[in-house]
Amino acid sequence: MDWGNIFGNAVGEIISPTTAAYALAAIGLGIHFGYTGLLNFGQAAFLLIGAYAFAIPTLAGAPLIVAILCAIVCSVIFAFILGIPTLRLRADYLAIVTIAAAEVVRYIVTTTGLTDFTGAANGLSGFKGTFAAINPIPEGTYGFGPFVYNQYDWWVRIVGWVLVALASVLVWLLMRSPWGRVVKGIREDEDAVRSLGKNVYAYKMQALIIGGGLGSIAGIIFILPRAVQPANYTTGLTFFIWTIMLLGGAATIFGPIVGSMIFWVVLSLTQGILYGAIESGALSFVSTTQAGQIRFILVGVALMLLVIFRPQGIFGNKKELSFSV
Amino acid sequence: MSNPESAVVSSHPLVKGEVGPGCAKVDPIVIADHVTRQFGGLKAVDVDHLEIPRGQITALIGPNGAGKTTMFNLLTGFDKPNTGTWEFDGTSLAGVPAFKVARAGMVRTFQLTKSLGRLSVLQNMLLGATGQKGEKLFASLFKGIWRKQEEENTARADELLARFKLDAKREDYAASLSGGQRKLLEMARALMSNPRLIMLDEPMAGVNPALTQSLLGHIKNLKSDGTTVLFVEHDMHMVTHISDWVVVMAEGRVVAEGPPETVMKDPAVIDAYLGAHHDEDLGDLMEDGPNPVLEAERKAHEAHPEAGESGYGEEKS
Repeated sequence: MDWGNIFGNAVGEIISPTTAAYALAAIGLGIHFGYTGLLNFGQAAFLLIGAYAFAIPTLAGAPLIVAILCAIVCSVIFAFILGIPTLRLRADYLAIVTIAAAEVVRYIVTTTGLTDFTGAANGLSGFKGTFAAINPIPEGTYGFGPFVYNQYDWWVRIVGWVLVALASVLVWLLMRSPWGRVVKGIREDEDAVRSLGKNVYAYKMQALIIGGGLGSIAGIIFILPRAVQPANYTTGLTFFIWTIMLLGGAATIFGPIVGSMIFWVVLSLTQGILYGAIESGALSFVSTTQAGQIRFILVGVALMLLVIFRPQGIFGNKKELSFSV
Repeated sequence: MSNPESAVVSSHPLVKGEVGPGCAKVDPIVIADHVTRQFGGLKAVDVDHLEIPRGQITALIGPNGAGKTTMFNLLTGFDKPNTGTWEFDGTSLAGVPAFKVARAGMVRTFQLTKSLGRLSVLQNMLLGATGQKGEKLFASLFKGIWRKQEEENTARADELLARFKLDAKREDYAASLSGGQRKLLEMARALMSNPRLIMLDEPMAGVNPALTQSLLGHIKNLKSDGTTVLFVEHDMHMVTHISDWVVVMAEGRVVAEGPPETVMKDPAVIDAYLGAHHDEDLGDLMEDGPNPVLEAERKAHEAHPEAGESGYGEEKS
């Protein structure tokens, strides 16, 4: 086994744009679940909407800023569609509606009738031009050790992690304020907050929109190093984001970031080790395809162990946020 | 009680005209008309007319299922009535959502305490303050906008916490408080908004006697501060002790009203709510007829004759 290569790949995941995208999506989900108590099981839909609402206008010739605004506006509209009927109801209803809505939008973009717009099952590609055009880094390869990338890959990483940092600052600013106090109160008992004269419905809607908006920006970061593939936006994506959020700690600032880093490093390590073991013949009873699935079995087991033994995550305060809604 | 007729007073300084169910008050703060709420075939609330006197402590009493809490929920916008209108201080609040009712100055507490467990006691208190600039989404990002107001609110919260003897718990999570302390916290939190009317749903339920005394003191203090109090309670002695006016509900209707000394003697109250034996000990009732406690013990004895009899059952049978 080439341990140097395995560890090199794993360490590279720490700053990969995918890690940044998942961290951003988990920060958004943290606003929903960790701070406001909204059970959003459709975060994948916000990523999907961000991706398509960015890629489609870009391919139609829209400038970068228009495409980004389009992604944000679409996610706000989607949040309203989800929230208007369900936020007056108990938390469980939002959970059901979000999980269903995420599947609905995925089927919509996959329909062959929309091939001209969404590319159906093939997805979309060739939308990186506008983003690459504003890259200030001169052409070339930079970096050291495992972190050697070309100018575009660095540009995606820098923008991705700057956005993660900005989102974290936003969450910190919001949650230290009286606004944050109200949404945390809603997480505890919304009737009590209502009895104190707060418009609970409006706060839940604001939280849903902010978290969903971060999800759609995560969707843009997620597609910048790759193509848009509808198969990426299954409920599995939502549950990876949940795993990341719970791993780091749901109502914490750094939890989603570190959770995402650990998640991807572990996935990369297990993949490297399993593939290496198969190639060297140490593991003869599984194929490499099966090994890919085994990794995700491990994710499921890890999520279960996490919820049972450390419900507050890595950064969470057990007293403040045990795993209950 | 031997002569119920003499107990019914026909006039009272709080009342305009004659005292009776639904009587008009000299200075009402809440006026409700034709409020009904139906749950399937059951009319949980069916109140023709009710007025709550301003600046007084009014007790709302009645047997289980009389519709007291439902009435509370309706008045505060937590439930929607089938029919009915009501006004608070001259403004109609019928159909107004709960948070606007609270902003209008009519704040309630809950029968099952709703302390916000994973917020500190101080944060619970600060949540009670109204008109906070920092609660607006965009203003919340800039501390400069809300810092001063937050300091004022914190000072007021500390003052109230000291009054309710919760100042030592200031930084603790509300979940770590005892049941009685949570009741105190909920009341103190409701007071943060300086309500004109505070509605307490069973403030004494599950609170030990020592704490009950201090709760009673707090409720009386509210009156001296000029706040109107409406509360639901089961304990007769407490009601007699602190209330200026008592409204009795049974089966959704207001069956009697009056000052506490006399309303208890109203035959309608005795029949509908207290029953014929309200001032006797359960143990003294056995000669009069079937006693559920003894019945249960007798059945248990029949089912398990080998088990030792309880001293209580043996002595009487």
